[in-house]
Amino acid sequence: MSENALPHEPARPRRALPQINPVYFVLAALIVAIIVQNPAFVEPTGYMNFLKRAAPLAILAAGQLYVIVSGGFDLSVGSLITLVVVGSSMLTNNDPNATWWVIAVMFGIGLGVGLINGLVVCYLKVPSLIATLGMMITLNGLALMWSGGAPRGYLPDSFRFFGRFNFTDLPVIRILPVAIIVLVVAGFVLYWFMHRTNFGRLLHAIGDNPRAARLAGVPVNRVRISAFVVSSLSAVVAGILLGGFAGVSTDVGLGYELQAITATVLGGAQLLGGRGSVPAAIAGALTLMAIFTLLNFLGLPQPVRQVVQGLILILAVAATVYRQRRAGR
Amino acid sequence: MKRLVALAAAAGLALTAGAFAQAPNFDDPEEFAKQREQLTATPMGPEGMPWEQYLIDTMADTSAHAKEGPYTVCFSNAGVNNPWRVVGYTNMTEEVALHEEIGEFIHVDAEGSDDKQIADIDDLLAGGNCDILIVSPNTTAALTPAVEKACAQLPVIVFDRGVNTDCPVTFIHPVGGYGFGIQGAEFIAENVEPGANVLMLRILPGVDVLETRYSAGRRILEEAGLNIVGAEFTDGDNAKTKSIVEDYLARGTIDAVWMDAGATAVAAVEAFEDGGYDIPVFVGEDQQDFLRKWQDLGMTAIAPTYPTYQWRTPIIAAVRILQGEEVPGPEWVLPQPAVTQENLEAMVNPAMPPLHYAMCGCEEMPNYPQAWGGQ
Repeated sequence: MSENALPHEPARPRRALPQINPVYFVLAALIVAIIVQNPAFVEPTGYMNFLKRAAPLAILAAGQLYVIVSGGFDLSVGSLITLVVVGSSMLTNNDPNATWWVIAVMFGIGLGVGLINGLVVCYLKVPSLIATLGMMITLNGLALMWSGGAPRGYLPDSFRFFGRFNFTDLPVIRILPVAIIVLVVAGFVLYWFMHRTNFGRLLHAIGDNPRAARLAGVPVNRVRISAFVVSSLSAVVAGILLGGFAGVSTDVGLGYELQAITATVLGGAQLLGGRGSVPAAIAGALTLMAIFTLLNFLGLPQPVRQVVQGLILILAVAATVYRQRRAGR
Repeated sequence: MKRLVALAAAAGLALTAGAFAQAPNFDDPEEFAKQREQLTATPMGPEGMPWEQYLIDTMADTSAHAKEGPYTVCFSNAGVNNPWRVVGYTNMTEEVALHEEIGEFIHVDAEGSDDKQIADIDDLLAGGNCDILIVSPNTTAALTPAVEKACAQLPVIVFDRGVNTDCPVTFIHPVGGYGFGIQGAEFIAENVEPGANVLMLRILPGVDVLETRYSAGRRILEEAGLNIVGAEFTDGDNAKTKSIVEDYLARGTIDAVWMDAGATAVAAVEAFEDGGYDIPVFVGEDQQDFLRKWQDLGMTAIAPTYPTYQWRTPIIAAVRILQGEEVPGPEWVLPQPAVTQENLEAMVNPAMPPLHYAMCGCEEMPNYPQAWGGQ
């Protein structure tokens, strides 16, 4: 990161206009394209359904951003989602009253997974890519063992409320899925911690230059472990929403870890740490969902969509690097 | 990775009917016509026990294979890697328990790998303990030489997916993929107006039995003058299925939904429920979660089946062959009933897991329902 070694000149804005993250323009363009393809999208049910569907990924991406900013990766979130959905269906055992304690247990599991990820990375010095890859495989195996390979029960409606229920007959917006309320609350909390607290600043510091941060007295390990915990907890929330949206299946979380990382990168986060924004990561997640939706509307088959997704990832990283060079930081 | 897993799941879910495996033509009018006829044919064999019934009245002479018990029955299984095969394999082990003549039942699981299954069959033959070999092939072409080799040593029974040789004593399978597609599409054609909008949901392309289900379904819907608004791949993913249906609902009305497999049927129904739409005419499959939904909402629906009771038949055939009794052969075509409004009541069982396949023919077996995960 040679560009980070520039001397600390007084910041001189290169442009008169404030720099706006390009992800917002991309998102806006995609939404216009979707509306052209499908005018019904401007109806409340159109965009509310879109937001509802994007909510789990958006929350997951915002959580993932904590780990990315601190200079790591968290690949375990996808299988943690699966574990949450499968585990919840096993524990609730069709009892609607069990919902609350089961959700508490799931957050407990998330806390534990995040702690283990963080401890392994910080104290066993295992690179986060490997540590969380191991956790991903382990959790997948646990979910399979727990369920015996096939769903064994249903999730009661009280559990599915968060991901499935829509408030209807509202003025103006007519319909409001609970998942969107969850997204707004979780998004705001994650935004606040990242951009309005000392913890967020320390996170950026250790991602940018861990050695400097350590020398400056930052409790590097504690901050890093907290980042993994935040990511895991966001996966628990995403799991509760996904289980609510579509019910129990044993591969519900598949591929979500890479989508979450893609979303953060689309939002301009710097892989290997030091830079990233929660609103932009959420916008990145919405952008990714918008791309999927658009490709769906265009009737492109799955392999083409994968090619497009891969190219977008590469382009997004290239654009981020270019922007940083231009900005000189 | 996602695709691989989806492929594995669907390949298993789908299960090939191997009679037409030699030709990669998934829209064969002759096979279509044959299966359509078989769906309505009156089966021969004992009433109420479809796993012992047969639709083609030719018998294989097995007197040359007669021998004294107890028998060692060997089974090379393509895999137990999806709910359909889990239910089926449970049927099979419970059937084994009913036969005192069987001294030993040796099961080897190929875990969805052709190579492993070929090696498994070699090992079983080399061991020399088997009196008879049952094979559920992982894929048709790859397993053909291994089955031919086994035929030279001992009687062989093939079931579920086929092989490209007629050396086995019998090949046991239900009517097939075209039949599955026909049942659902005909039900839709009977229950909607001409010109109605039909959405077709498929798991993924390229799996032979899914392709035949689709081609048969599409043929019937088109012949009935219905408007197919789309044919979408769901990857067998609940969330994706629900999203696809929601998107179609945002753009227009849907009068019927046809599906090539039922695993995500409930998610598709929920898209209508949650959006406040009337539930249209639906084609699902015989999983308990769909049957319950159908009953709860009073839907107009049908559930074609690829019946798991076909896993009982190879054991029955094995014992008969070793006793020198004749069995239907070289093809033992089992009836392939659908769950309809008439028998829905009898098929729903809330005590069973959501993905239990109701058409298991297992309700009267001694360890039902615990052995199948029921309560």
